[in-house]
Amino acid sequence: MAIVKLRAPLKDLAGGCREVTIDGSSVGDVLRELERQHPRITGWVLDEHGRVRLHVNVFVDGERVREDAPVAQDATLHVLPSISGGSR
Amino acid sequence: MTELLVGTKKGLFVLEGDPGAEKPFEVATRAFPGDVVEFAVRDPRSGRYFASVTSGHYGPRVMHTTDPGGDDWEQATGIAFPEGDDWSLERIWSIRPGEADGLMYAGVAPAALFASTDGGLTWELNRAMWDQPTRSSWQPGAGGLCLHSIATWPGDPMRLAIGISAVGVWLSDDAGETWRHGNAGLIPRYVPEESQGDTIDLCVHNMHRAPQRPERLFMQFHGGVYRSDDTGESWTSIAEGLPSDFGFPMVIDPGDPDTAFVIPLVADTDRVTVDGRVRVFGTHDAGESWTSLSDGLPQDGAYLTILRQAFGHEGEGSGLSLYFGATSGDVFGSGDAGASWFTVRELLAPVNSVRVA
Repeated sequence: MAIVKLRAPLKDLAGGCREVTIDGSSVGDVLRELERQHPRITGWVLDEHGRVRLHVNVFVDGERVREDAPVAQDATLHVLPSISGGSR
Repeated sequence: MTELLVGTKKGLFVLEGDPGAEKPFEVATRAFPGDVVEFAVRDPRSGRYFASVTSGHYGPRVMHTTDPGGDDWEQATGIAFPEGDDWSLERIWSIRPGEADGLMYAGVAPAALFASTDGGLTWELNRAMWDQPTRSSWQPGAGGLCLHSIATWPGDPMRLAIGISAVGVWLSDDAGETWRHGNAGLIPRYVPEESQGDTIDLCVHNMHRAPQRPERLFMQFHGGVYRSDDTGESWTSIAEGLPSDFGFPMVIDPGDPDTAFVIPLVADTDRVTVDGRVRVFGTHDAGESWTSLSDGLPQDGAYLTILRQAFGHEGEGSGLSLYFGATSGDVFGSGDAGASWFTVRELLAPVNSVRVA
């Protein structure tokens, strides 16, 4: 099972959970399961096409990856806002 | 006490004050700090507040609450495009009540209409507009391909008119099951003369229906101010007498179908108030003539930009109050239908929208 670490505002949308344990073989699988377990996150990380939003970064064991990257059983995922996003 | 909902580039500001006091309003609440609030409105039927919020990281969404100062803003569901289509939701431009219990509409970019039948908690895409066969050729305006104007027909949920930048006016007589164009008379000076009659690249900037005479609509166009007296089928220029026919905001007096207000900007190449003077122009004869309404507004070296949704109102007739905000972060108000103005608030973030709650 992979561990997904969340910060605000995603943490708040996940009912205050800083970490969520999720099974999945790819980043896309893990994030879709995250949405299923915490529906309020739906649309925040993945867009309508199942792609990680342009200004969101997902790291798997320290490496920045996209939705099609594999996820090992004991992987740690961080979902973070990118420095390219935000309101200027 | 008047409650103003001011959507800005840095969150939603809820301002409270009395237009009769002619002094600055207080900031009662700031919600969604750091996010762009494109638009905010209160549905007077339910008392529910809605905010279109775009996170630079996490995308756009509609949030709603019954207490804008509280912590219980909830996310509406269903405002998303179908999976598999090659479009992504960029921005939610407008939210407004419909003409049946619980009915609401939202206009978004890229151009699409959503409807809710449960008071705005859940939404569904209008497929007839989404599936228009010409969609792949639609051209965006500078603000994107945005469906920003939704004109309902008082008491009749079947009849709708919508405005899209830059795909013109669309009309429906069956609650959005089918749509047709309503563009006759609009002159897009930005395309070659020989193409002006055929193009659908029509950049509507704002469109409102006169509730007391619903077959009448007013429009601010991308170079042009127009009126329609035949439900939006055809349009007549009413720009004569304005210092410029370019601009974005528009307000209609709900109690008088002959009264409308615009805030002209220089041109599409210079989107600031004309001659460094902030002036609202009003007509009381359906556009036959216009009067400058500037008493109390900056008249020297004031080059403000007032965006499409940044002009709101309350009341009607001689009791009409007007409010607008600029990208400078300044908000102005009038408690006497524009005869005199006061500064509602200075130094907010760039203003996207102004509505009276």
